[in-house]
This record gives sequence, structure tokens and C-alpha cells, in this order.
Amino acid sequence: MARCLRELAYRRENHMKHRIALWILAIALLLAGCSAPPPAQPTSPPVPAAPAAATTLTVLAAASLSDAFGELGAQFEAANPGVTITYSFAGSQQLAAQILEGAPADVFASANQRQIDAVVAGGRITTGVAQTFARNRLTIVTPPDNPAHIQTLTDLAGPGVKLILADRAVPVGQYSLDLFAKASSLPAYTAAYSPTVLANVVSYEDNVRSVLAKIILGEADAGIVYTSDVALEAAKVRQIAIPDELNTIAIYPIAPIADSQQPELARRFIDYVRSAEGQQILVRYGFIAADL
Amino acid sequence: MTAKLRESDISRPVAAPGATRRMPWRALALPLTALPLLGFLVLPLVALLGRLNLDVLSAQLLSPAVGQTIRLSMMTTLATTLITLLLGTPLAFLLARTQFWGRQAVDTLLDLPMVLPPSVAGIALLIAFGRRGLFGPLLTSLELEIAFTQTAVVMAQLFVAAPFYVKAAAAGFAGVDRELEQSAALDGATRLGGLRYITIPLAWPALFGGMIMTWARALGEFGATIIFAGNFPGRTQTMPLAIYLGFERDLDLALTLAAILLAISFAVLLTVKWMLRQRVGAG
Repeated sequence: MARCLRELAYRRENHMKHRIALWILAIALLLAGCSAPPPAQPTSPPVPAAPAAATTLTVLAAASLSDAFGELGAQFEAANPGVTITYSFAGSQQLAAQILEGAPADVFASANQRQIDAVVAGGRITTGVAQTFARNRLTIVTPPDNPAHIQTLTDLAGPGVKLILADRAVPVGQYSLDLFAKASSLPAYTAAYSPTVLANVVSYEDNVRSVLAKIILGEADAGIVYTSDVALEAAKVRQIAIPDELNTIAIYPIAPIADSQQPELARRFIDYVRSAEGQQILVRYGFIAADL
Repeated sequence: MTAKLRESDISRPVAAPGATRRMPWRALALPLTALPLLGFLVLPLVALLGRLNLDVLSAQLLSPAVGQTIRLSMMTTLATTLITLLLGTPLAFLLARTQFWGRQAVDTLLDLPMVLPPSVAGIALLIAFGRRGLFGPLLTSLELEIAFTQTAVVMAQLFVAAPFYVKAAAAGFAGVDRELEQSAALDGATRLGGLRYITIPLAWPALFGGMIMTWARALGEFGATIIFAGNFPGRTQTMPLAIYLGFERDLDLALTLAAILLAISFAVLLTVKWMLRQRVGAG
């Protein structure tokens, strides 16, 4: 008798469990069904000039272009409904390496000619299509309280100064090394200047924004970045100008990728960047306009 | 009550004449489902080795820069592992043996460094121990600057890798039968003696395994290192950093370093497993 009751209880308990399970399943299916509403029918665009289908343009751009290109992209998307720009910002050398390994891209905007040349040599950019779209200058940055009291370029060779540069593979890193080499050739700085400064380096960063970030954090005494990088963070760092005769003018070339799926759109984007409006935006972000 | 054993209950029929016509699906099923992941894990490494240029490899192997990088990686990871052993064992013992208030919280806190993205670890370390960090003023007053030094490299590795050892060791200690320790105590062993002759030898496989995991994780550490310790060849540029930058600068160099790292890791892990098997076999 007891066993019978036990069996009945067991069966009812299982029955209840099954019912609960079925209810949960039903609710889950219902929710799943509800959460996927029927796709909205796209209305045909009133302006026939822009492409009707949604298209994506992949732009690989140097880290220093992050903010300027962000706005450029927004303006371009507003003028071209249906177009979405996808960015990848990193050191130009990293982007070039990725492109050479086959990364999908439509446009490459580099911080120096060398990385464009590397991609041309690898065959993913046609020779001669690259055009200058911006220029940049170098500047010294220090934390706001300037702990090492850097006033001039010569102070960078001072004892105990902690300097952060970008790695020499990064365009701004190479520009910095060129700067020191150029200074060393001048009598005012003596030949010992460059090695002394380089002995003060504590880290070679992977991209220019890392240099800036560590200076803002106050971890080092000085760094060398582009004037465009300081434009947005002016309140968080102190800027020390580099004499014009020593300063490097960084040339930024832009080029469409040869096997791009959107060659027409890529060309239009490049034209926009080099247009008066595009140049204005770049200047507003601290770049120097290309001599067009 | 006793059910009749039916022929279909026997899952593996004895081979009968004509069995060659039957497809051995069951025998193949397990390996077939196991193969994709194994292949996925092995093939990229094979591809990496295949892309190596042997002339460049032999030239790079002798270059002082490569030797410097390897030496730095080996020394820092060794230091990290030793410190983990020294400081992690008491912590693991505490976790395994004592019930204290907040034990679950401590246990979960120890999981965090393993789960956090390494770059987050790097930023956290910088904000804590950097010049302008939480301990910055204290360290500066002691004339200690940690960021951008080899100490920073070891600290970054310690942060991300030590929890592996502590967790494994705690599990090992927890698995040792208390009765054995108690009977040793009855026989006159001191606490330390009990530890030395009973607990640690019995927990040894777990301790050793944890140590190896820590070493391996420290060797591969990148994100926290580049943010906290920076990148300076010879001082803070460990092998992963050199490989990452090498990829952008000189692919052959990156491949060489990658191959060396692969070879070292494989050799060490293989040796350790062999040693472990010897130990376990003898014990």
C-alpha cells in the first residue's frame, strides 16, 4: 500500500515537472517569436543620386586620425544616405601589415609615405594613385605640471628625464628619431644630443595615442606626438613647440585599395577628404591642410 | 523482476561472418567529432612553422637582440613563478583549510585576474603603482619607480598568472586526506613535518601543474606588460612584445621569435609532463 502511494506521488510529481517544463518551453517559444518582428520594408530613397542599397566602406586609418576621420565619416554618411563607414584605427605600420596579409579594406590613410609604399610593393595599392590629404607637425608634450621642467628641445637630454616615444616602425616614432638626428647635426645641440636623448627613453609605444595616454596619466616626463593629437587634449597636457627648422612635416597619403569591392565609393570618400570641406575639418582637428 | 537479456542489449556484437560489410560508424564517431577542434588548434602552428625561412631563422638565432629578448622572458617568468610559489602556497593553504568569513569572496576575487582582459590588468596596475597612481607618492618618497622597469614586467606577469597556481594548489591541498595528517601527528610529527612529508608530497601533482600553468601564462603575457611596463628592448621587451612589434616591422623576425617561443614552450611542457609521470609512477 505504502509503495503504491509512493509510486503515485512519484508519478504526480513527475507529471507536474513535465507540465512546468512544457509551460516554460511554450513561453520561451512565444518570447522568441515575439522578439523577432517582421523586418520593416525599406522605403525607396527620394534622391536617386546616392546608391539605393546599404553599403559599407572599410577605411583603415592611422591612429592620429581617429577624431578627425570620425567627424569626416559622419559628414560623409550624412551626405550619402545608405553608406556606413567602418573604421580601423591603429599605427600605420600595423595597418599596412594587416593589408599585406589580406585584410579586407577599401581605403588606407597612412601617416607616412613608407607604409603606403610597403603596400604598393605588396601589390594591394596601384602605383601612383596615393595622394596627400593632410600634413602634421611634431610637438613635445608633458604632463600639465611638467615635473621635469622641460622648456626646450635641449631639456629632453637632461639627466633623469623620462621620455616616451613611439616605436620606430610607427611613423611618428621614425619622425622623432629623424628630429633628434637632425638636431644632432647642428652645432647648437652637439653630436652627443641624439644618443643622450635616446638614453632617456623608457618605452617605445605601439601607436601615437598610447604615448599621449601615458603622458596624460603622468607616468613619464615628456613625449613626442603630433600637434593634431594635442588639439583635443589641450587641457590635459602642456605643449612645447619644436623649432620650425628642426620640425618634421609629416605627409599623410591616402589611397584606395586595388581590390576594393567599392572602388567608386572609395574614390568619392578620398575626394571628400581632399575637398575644401574635408580639409577644413582636418584643420579644425589640428592638422595642416595638404597643399592642394 | 529479472528482465530477460536480449540480444540487442549487447552493444558490441561479436564479429560474425559478413561483418566486413557493416560500416564501423560507432568506432569512427568519437574520433571524427574530436578531430575538428584538434585540427584547428594544431594547423595554425604547423602553418606558422611552414612559413619560416630557415636561413633567416638561423641568422636571427645568433643575433644579440633575439638572445636578449629570450633571456629577459626566461628570467622574468622564472622570477614570477618563484614568487608565486613562495607567496601563493600559504594563500592556497589558507583557502583550502580554513573557513573564514568572506572566503567565497576571496575565492572569486582570485578568479578575476584570470578572467579580466590583460589590458585592463595593465591599466589597473598603472593606476595603482604608477608614478601618479594610488601608491605613487609613497613609492616616490622611497625613491622607487616601478613603471617601465623589469619589476613592472614581473608584477604584470604575477597579476595575471599567479591565480592559476593558487587555485590549483588550493584544490590540491583540499584533496589531501586529513586523516593521514592526523595519524602523522599522532605518530609524533610536528606541523611542519606533517606538511613536508605528507601534505606537500600528496598535493604535489596539483602544485606542480599549477606552477607550470603560471609559468606558461606569464611567458605569454602581453597586454598588461605593454601598458604597465612599456616596451624597451633589453629592459622590458619580452618575447610576446617583440613578436607583436616584429609583425609590424619585420615579419621574418616575428616568425623566428614565434617559432622559438613555440619550441621552448613545447619542450618545457613535455619535460615537465614526463617528470610528473615519473614522480607519480614512483609514488
